[in-house]
Formats: sequence, structure tokens, C-alpha cells
Amino acid sequence: MSDVVEKTLSALPGLFDSQTGAARITSRLRQLVKSITELTSKNEEESLIKQELSSMKEQVSSPNTSMMREIMVRAMYCEMLGYDASFTYIHAIKLAQQGGVLEKRVGYLAVSLFLNEGHELLLLLVNTVLKDLQSTNVIEAYMALTVVAQVFPKDMIPAVLPLLEDKLSYPKEIIRRKAVLALYKFYLIAPNQVQHIHAKFRKALCDRDPGVMTSSLHIYLQLITESPDDYKDLTGSFVTILKQVVGGKLPVDFNYHNVPAPWLQIQLLRILSLLGKEDRSTSELMYEVLDESLRRAEMNHNITYAILYECVKAIYTIHPKAELLEKAARCIGNFVLSPKINLRYLGLKALTYVVQHDAKLALQHQMTIIECLDHTDFTIKRETLELLFRITNAQNVTVIVEKMLDFLHGCSDEHTIIHLVGKVAELAEKFAPDNSWFIQTMNDVFSTGGDLLQQDVPNNFLRLLAEGSESKEEDDQLRLYAVNSYLTVLKGDASHLPQRFLQVMSWVLGEYAHLQESVDQREVIRLLTQLLDQRSVSSETRVWILSALTKISEGQTDLILDLAESLSSSQDTVLRQQAQELRQLSQDSQLYEWVLPRGAPWDSMEVDSSLSFLDGFVSEALAAGAAPYKPPHQRQEELCEDRALNLEPYSFSLPVSLSSCSITDRQSPTLLSVSSGLSGNSTELSQKAGSSTLILEGVKRVWGRDGYLRQNETTAPPVDEPSAAVQPSGQQEAAERLEPQPEPSTQNQDKLQLASSLFVGLGAGSSMSLLGKSEAPPPRFRKKPRPHESSSSSSSGTSERSSDSSSRSSHSTTDSFLYGSLLEEEPATSISAFSHTPKSSTANGLAQNKDTKEDRRANTSQILGGDMVIVRPNTFQDKHPSLVSSDLTALLPADLKDLPHSDVISLTSDPSLSLSSCRLFRDEALLLVILISNCTETVIKDVAVQLTCEELETASLRGNVMNCLEGNSTSVCHYALLMDEPHTNVSFTGTVSYQTQPGHTNTLSFSGTLSAADFIRPLVVSTEEYGKLWLSLSHDVKQNLKLLTDASDPLRTTLNALKDALQLHVVDIIGSEGIVACRLLSGAPCLLHCRVNGAALAMWLRSPHPALPDCILYHCQRALAQH
Amino acid sequence: MQFMLLFSRQGKLRLQKWYVPLSDKEKKKITRELVQTVLARKPKMCSFLEWRDLKIVYKRYASLYFCCAIEDQDNELITLEIIHRYVELLDKYFGSVCELDIIFNFEKAYFILDEFLLGGEAQETSKKNVLKAIEQADLLQESKPPGPSPQGRTLIGF
Repeated sequence: MSDVVEKTLSALPGLFDSQTGAARITSRLRQLVKSITELTSKNEEESLIKQELSSMKEQVSSPNTSMMREIMVRAMYCEMLGYDASFTYIHAIKLAQQGGVLEKRVGYLAVSLFLNEGHELLLLLVNTVLKDLQSTNVIEAYMALTVVAQVFPKDMIPAVLPLLEDKLSYPKEIIRRKAVLALYKFYLIAPNQVQHIHAKFRKALCDRDPGVMTSSLHIYLQLITESPDDYKDLTGSFVTILKQVVGGKLPVDFNYHNVPAPWLQIQLLRILSLLGKEDRSTSELMYEVLDESLRRAEMNHNITYAILYECVKAIYTIHPKAELLEKAARCIGNFVLSPKINLRYLGLKALTYVVQHDAKLALQHQMTIIECLDHTDFTIKRETLELLFRITNAQNVTVIVEKMLDFLHGCSDEHTIIHLVGKVAELAEKFAPDNSWFIQTMNDVFSTGGDLLQQDVPNNFLRLLAEGSESKEEDDQLRLYAVNSYLTVLKGDASHLPQRFLQVMSWVLGEYAHLQESVDQREVIRLLTQLLDQRSVSSETRVWILSALTKISEGQTDLILDLAESLSSSQDTVLRQQAQELRQLSQDSQLYEWVLPRGAPWDSMEVDSSLSFLDGFVSEALAAGAAPYKPPHQRQEELCEDRALNLEPYSFSLPVSLSSCSITDRQSPTLLSVSSGLSGNSTELSQKAGSSTLILEGVKRVWGRDGYLRQNETTAPPVDEPSAAVQPSGQQEAAERLEPQPEPSTQNQDKLQLASSLFVGLGAGSSMSLLGKSEAPPPRFRKKPRPHESSSSSSSGTSERSSDSSSRSSHSTTDSFLYGSLLEEEPATSISAFSHTPKSSTANGLAQNKDTKEDRRANTSQILGGDMVIVRPNTFQDKHPSLVSSDLTALLPADLKDLPHSDVISLTSDPSLSLSSCRLFRDEALLLVILISNCTETVIKDVAVQLTCEELETASLRGNVMNCLEGNSTSVCHYALLMDEPHTNVSFTGTVSYQTQPGHTNTLSFSGTLSAADFIRPLVVSTEEYGKLWLSLSHDVKQNLKLLTDASDPLRTTLNALKDALQLHVVDIIGSEGIVACRLLSGAPCLLHCRVNGAALAMWLRSPHPALPDCILYHCQRALAQH
Repeated sequence: MQFMLLFSRQGKLRLQKWYVPLSDKEKKKITRELVQTVLARKPKMCSFLEWRDLKIVYKRYASLYFCCAIEDQDNELITLEIIHRYVELLDKYFGSVCELDIIFNFEKAYFILDEFLLGGEAQETSKKNVLKAIEQADLLQESKPPGPSPQGRTLIGF
């Protein structure tokens, strides 16, 4: 046995002697541990533990709590070894409840280790926790808080919430700290429940104890990730805190290896980067402190690197500042060139992040990257491939894809394969240099990815083949190539091929085999039939194959009849049915023509997805007494409700009265937005990819089959490349740096060569960078925009949903086709214009903005004493001072003048243009009006607006392209926005491009947020109709809300307040109850039933849409909180 | 942080703390897979590992491996330092901590962990404050913190 175990054995007697007291209690554990180490086989261990568990079972109901404590410790040990000791769970709860402080501690620990969030026994703990939270003994309260912050049943949160809120002002900081973390936990599992205590979070942020303040940052990080716009006013405070921390103003205890509070620093840097993202004025507040952080973190220790890494990320996330970017880029060098492998890994990760903004940065480190590509450590290799993926362009795609495939062939980890194969497919689709490479690569993808592959990879591939591009000839070439390639594959041994690949092949052969005239169709049929006979082929694949055979069977009746005959006795009913169909079709050529018309355009197929042709059948069945259809989730819910326990807590000495708790695990809207926030990075990337559907004519000719890449590969390394003129400047620099090397070895030469092929094309756009708005090169395979999938407001032809190649973003709207040529011209200048915008501005809005900033700074935190951080955040409700434009209505088209509208808020401005927006509430849509004002005297030409919002359906109605905008005039463009799925808040982004001088395009980007309240419309119904509708709706949520008690009729006042904020329709108020109705635009209704319940308003919401009640509830809470 | 595992060079689990709700079966599967993967890594390799959709950060102290799972957007280096701070805390509490201390007093190790990380987030980063809190709770117990066990190999060499 190993030396460690020997040591363990030899140490044991000593341990026994040296321990008295405590040793007695845990001596049974010691014995157990000792006997286990003596065992040699797993079998012996099993039987020993079994013995132990059964002896524990006998003693477990003992009233002696100190013995119980010891049993609990042993139970934890057994569970750790992987044995089931679940019979002790209930006793752990009992111990926490009955034992003294000592036993309680162990009891609570056991509970937190044994029980998951959803465990039913946790309900039994609630009572104990409540008692301990009210205990006068600090230790008891502290232990209860520790367990609450780890596991607590979601439905019982209202029961402890008031106690926790009290604890936020408890004198002992440790209690305050734990209470903050417990609330953080609650926020994560049930955000709606803690909505009303946001003000208290602010108090925690200002706590005099740095520990409590640090804990509150966890909550803020979460909140700000979800909706950065709501917390911009805190930027100043966070900056000040960071300044103080960096300046060493915290107590020395918080230092870690001489670095002041690194955890706190990192948390703050993350928060700041979220706040400053795409927000110039907020970013300006933090430049100084970021610079300071970079400067201070100079010591050579992991912890300083951790801070530096976060700094670099922040600098590249917020609105760019050239000077900082330069410093950050230098900093990345320190990581990448470090001999320490951990730092190098992080350097690669940082590079991967920053090359999205500036691909040139990779050039400086090309040799390191190549070294990492051949590293023995899997992790490093994989991260390097991730980096290469980000810098792929049309010129280096073949080399990078080859590297990725090489890696994949030697990889056995499922998750890595799925992940990387998807990326290869994405690259292949986007940058493929020619048909043969594309099909070969996809063959590799399918055979390597196997059946782990995500379904959208084959789906996208097939869609690409089917939809084709503009030119039929090219499409057919690609299809023909695929057909040939697959025929070759199938002629070989197909038994080892993954099912997905076989399915793709059979579909393609079925659709396009006829394109290949030199091959007899009978041969194709023979190959496919052969596949059917193979044992390894799954029944799903057989169905695909048979479908393919059906498509190409025309005129081959003899072969087909045999086949149909042999399959008509198949075990598989689907196959049998298909065989029957096949037989029918092959005997009736007229029917065949009608069902499978050859060469009919793919997208002319109409699918009635609502199954309306069944309506008659359904109503007949209903009339005959059949039960109406309920969707699965509704059935599930009803089942739950039937079986559910009564979860209402018995009334303790609690001040709250609970009306009810919602039992089902409903996704709250806030939770939804978390997930969208998390995926932020990737969607951003794919958005960029999405915008690449803009095809730039002529590009293909330059980077055609004989692109630069091939030349580079065959010639010498770039050092003495004769055609250096075509080399991008950055690469030249790199080459020069390498030059002094005396006689590079062949290995080095290989590397250089690899470098030249990997990094080709990166420097080409050397003028891009600062904004990272570099246009992705046009994809080779451009798909046709799909025919309108949804019947959104069809008033405009310019907005189309692009059927994006990358699977991750299916929702980017591109109405760029119209002015594609505009964007094409000189992207470089647009960027420089953006970064050099003078700070003083003629626009009113900006000046005001500056004033408020000054105020904020003046109001923010200051240091009181050496070890205290006092922060006074201030609340600014309106961050956008409204523009002086009372004459909005004058600008609007006549038909919109009378619509209710919001205030005009300013979006952004630069010296030439200022943008503001106004929301108009139409019944079936929200109209977003964007006012574009020319602040200069001169005419601005070719103004084009582009608006994107992932969660909403957007359609441009008017004016998003203007030929000219006179000096000092304002023009409007407006968009109709539809919300299909309720979201509490959605953000939109957009750009305006314009020309001040011919050939000199500027771009101004803007963003803003819309709330679900903008999409709520009153639903006018009578009380009777309301009653009927109420009964027919299923999804309900109940919650107590604040009642506005300062008026004579609290209910009416509260409902009116809600009505004003949310455009609800108050149907009726009877006594202490009120009914209110609204709908999401002209879609799903939501009914609200309100009842005065003491000082609270018990609200019960119902809707056919599962997420809508949560969403409305959220806005009701907000509206009342702001009142 | 999603979870933290402590295991020995022989692959024996010494401590497990899960911050996300998982079934026992999943926990066992994850533990088994991870222990295998981490033990198979060579000493010169980096301390990070992409695993499923998570990042694994691990570090070896003498015979013990400390292993944390974090999300993709988290900072790997600071996690490494969280591990180190935890070892420092254990070391200070036990006095030159070794694997045996953790085996025999694993509930103490849990108490310290709960004081340092709560619900997967760093709760208190001041070493002094963590130990103060533990000592206060310990005072109620009749026993003093166990003294150093001379035979074991200490985790950190200082």
C-alpha cells in the first residue's frame, strides 16, 4: 500500500492518546476510519459499512443527543464513501431542532450536506429555522442563517423573509453578512419574492463593514447582469469603492498576499464592465480607475494576474479608449509569454476574448499560439483552437479546420467533440473556398461527430443544400458534388458510419441523385437498398432511406415492388406503412406525379402547422362529448396540484399572512432574462456573423479557388516572401521581428510556414479595431432569406428574418440589403469618426447628461476614517433627460398623431446627429419612433437606420433610409415591434449610418430598453365575460403586493396607480375586491383578481400564457414600489 | 462555484460540497469521472480543465487534491487562490494541517468551508474574521481545536 496509508496507520495510536474529550465522542468515527484503511478490497469495505449502518440504525432513535451527534458524523462519512445513509436524514433535522447548540451545529451541517434544494424533508426544517432566527443567542441565529443560505425550500421563502430583512440591520456584522447572502440565494431561486427589498440591498452596499458590502456585490452582479440600465446610477459608487480598495484603504485583514481585497476588486471590475458595455458616458467614469488598477497590479503573483485578467476583459468590454486598450494589449503579452502554464492558458483565453474586437492582436503572438497548438496539455490545445476559431477568415479556413479536425480525431471526450464539430461546421459553411472542400469537410464532420452531433448541424447543412443561393447553376454544382461524394462513400464499407451521416446521405441522394446523369438510377437504388439490409442501421435511418427510395423510384417499378414486398412484413410499423405507400405510388404514376412533383421549388411547399384541416373533426368530437385538448404542461400542472401538499405554513408568531404559494416550478421572467444574459457573449458573436449575410459583390473573385492561401503554402515563409506587398502590414512586422534569427531550423521553418497560413488575412483590415465592428467576410454560401415564417406585420418588405447559418442566432434581423453598398464603403473612416468625437457637444441632451454626471460624482462615496467605506448611492429615476421637442406630434404621420405616446427620451448623439426615441402605443403593436435630428447647418446624406432586437419581432414601417436630411431639421423613422413571448425587459440596439461628405460614412450606434409594460394593452370585457374567461384559464400566480394605504379608498387608488403604469382595464370593483384585465398586445389575455387583505393586496393572476402572469406581476410590483 | 471536492492521491473522497442541486447518482458519477481525469493529469500540466460545460480548477497539496468546478465566465486564477486561501485557513486552524486532520475532523473542515464560502460565493475573505467566527462557535464545544498530528505530511510547507 502507498506510503500515505502507512502513515495513516502509524499515526492512529498517537491520535488516540493525544485526544481526550472530543476524541471520546468521535472515537467511533476514528475506529471506523481506521478499520476502513486496513481493508484491502472493496467487498470488505462494503460489508463493513453495511454492518456500521445497521448498528447505526439501531441506535438512531436514541434520545441521547450527543450520541446522535456522533452518529450523524459517521453517517456523513458513510455518505461520502458513497453509501446510502438516507435513514439518518430525518434524524439530522431532529438533531438541529432538539439538540443544544453543539448538536445543532452538526445537525445543520448534516442537513446542508444531505438534502438538496428540492428535498421534501426540508419542509420540516422550516420551523426550526424560524425559531433559531428569532433566538436571542447569536450563535443559533448565525447557524440558522448559514443553512438558509445553502438550502431552503423555495415555497417557504415568504415565511422567513421578514426575519431576514430584520437581520440586515442586526448589530453584529457576521449576521448581517449571512443575511445578505441568504437573500442573494433567495434572489437566485425566486427573484420575484425579494423584488420589494431592493432598497435594503442598497443599504447593505453602504454597510460600514467591508465584509457585508462585499457580500452585497454578489447580488448586484446578478442584478446588473440582468438589467444593467437600472443600475447605471450606481456606477460612481462602484468606481469609488474600487478606488478605495486599490488605494489600500481597507483594513489589512482583507489583504491577500499583500494585495488589497482581490476578491472584491474582481467583483467590482466585473460589475463595471457590465455597466460600461456599449455605454460611452458610463464608461468614461471608469477609465481612470481601470488605469489605476492596471498600474497597481504589478507584483508577480497569481492573484495580481487574476485582477489583471479581469481588468483586460473590462477594458475590452466597455466603450473603448485607445490608451487603455494599448495597455491592456501589452498586459496580455505578459500572460501569453509567461513560462507558467496557468498564466499562459489565461493569456490564450484573454486573447480569444479580445480578438473578437481586434483580430490583429493575435498576430503579435503567432509563434506562441503555434507552440500552444502542439502542446501536450489537452486544455491548452483546446483553448488554442478556440482562439483560432475566432480569427478564422476565408483565407486561413482550410488550415484552421484541418487543425481542428486533427484534434478531433485524437479526442474521445463527448462534450469536446460535440462542441468542436459544431464549430467546424459553422466555419465550413461560412468560409468554404470551394464545393469539394466543403463537402469533404462536412463528410468529416458527420463521420467524426457521429451521433453525438447536435441535430441542427445536419439540419442546417440540408437546408443550405435545399434552399440554395441566387444562382441555380452553382447550387446544382454543389448538390452534384455531394451526390458524387456520397455515392463513393456508399460504395465502400458503410457499416461503421454514424446514423446521422447515413440520414444526410439518403436525403441528398433522394432529392438530387437525378442531377447525376452519368450514373444509372438503378445503381443508386441498389446502394440504398443495400443499406436497408445492414444490421447496424437504425430503424429511424431506415425510414430516411425508404423516403429517399420513394423519391427516386419513378419508373423503376420492378425493383421497387420487390423492395416493398420484402418490407411489408417488417416488424416496424412505420416502415411497413411506408412500404405500403411506396407500393401504391409506384403503381399509380399519376398519384406519384401529384405527391412527389419532380423539381418543384423547395420553398413553395405549404405546411399547415396549425392543423386547421382537422378543425371539423375536432368540433365533431367535442360535440359528441369528448374532453377538450389540454397541452402537456397544463396536464402536468393539474396533476401536481392534485397531489400537492398543503404548503401554507402554520401561523407562528409571524407578522405576515400568506395567502398562498405557487407550487409549480414556473419560470419567472427574471430568470429567463438571466439565461439570456449569460449567453450574451455568444449571441453577440453570432450577431456579427448574422450581419455578414450582407454579400459584397466581387469578393469571391478575389479570394477564389486560387486565393492567397495556396500561394503562401507552397512558397517560402513570409521572411523572404517576394510578394510581400500583398502581406498584411501586421504580419510584415512580425516577420521582421523574426528575421534576425540565424538560420531557422527546419522545425522552426515549419512553424513559420504554419504561422503564415494561420494568420493570413488578419492584418488586412488594420484600420478596423477600436470598435471591433469589423465586417465579417461574406459567407460563401449565402442562403436565400426564407419566406416569411411568421405573419408579423407584413407592411414592410425591407425587414426579413435571416435564416442564419449559425445555429445559435436565429433571430437577427437584417434589413441591410437595401443600403448594403452604403456600409461597404470605407468602414475604417466610420470608426475613426466614432472615437474622435469631441466631448463637448452642441446637442442639448449631452450637456445635460454631463451635469447629472457631475452631480452623481459629488454625491457619491467618501472615506470616513481609515477602515470604513461609506457609500451613498443616489437614485436617479430618469437617466435620459428629455429632449426639447414638444412638437413631436407635428413630425408624426397623420394617422399616428392621436395615439397615446410616452415622453421623448434621448438615445445618443454625436456632433452631427442626435437621436431620441418615443414609444407610441398602438393596439396590436408598439411603435418605436426614432427621431433623427441634424444638429449641423449642413445637409447630411444617405441616412440609414438599422434596429435589432432579439426578443421582438421588428418591422420597419417608414423612413429608415433617407437620401438627405437638411441642416437643423428632424426626421422620423418608426418601427412596429411585436412581443410574442413575454419578457420583463428587452433591449434593442441599432446603428445609424450617414454621410456628411460624400464617400465618408459615419456610424452612430444606440441602444435602449423596452419593458413588457409597453406591450400591455387594456382588455375591455364585461364582468360576465371576465368570469367565463377566468374559468377557462389555467396558469395562475398569486402574490401579495403593497397596498397604497394613504388614500381614503386604498383599493381604488392602488388599482388606478396600476392602471396608469400598465394600461390595465379595471373591469369592476366590488367591496374589497377588484377585477382587472389586460392582454399582451392583441394576444394572450391576463386577468387579475385583487383582494384587500389587511395591509396588503392579494393578487391572483391568470393567463393562458405561462410566463405572462409573472411578467405582469413584476411590473405591478415595480409600479407600486415607485409610487 | 458549482461544487468543491477534496480527494486523495488514491482517489478517495475526503470532502464534498455541492452548491447546485444534483441527484446522488449524478454526484457519484461526476465525482468518479473527475477524480479519474484529474489524477491522470501530469504535474506540469495546467490547473484548469474544460469538463462538460464547466471549468475545473484543481490544485494538489501534498497527497490531497482540491478541485473546484466553476462556470465558464468565472475567473480561473481567483478560484485557484480560493483553494489556497482555504488551505491556509485549514492550516492556521489545525496548525500545519495534513490529510489526517481532514480525515478525522472532516466536520471541522466543513465548518471552516461554510464560513469561507457560502452558497458557492466567497463570503468572507479576511482570514482573521473567518477564524474568529469558527473559534466563537468552537468555544461552546468542550474541546479545543485538535493539536497538530506530528506523523502526517503537512499540506503546505511553511
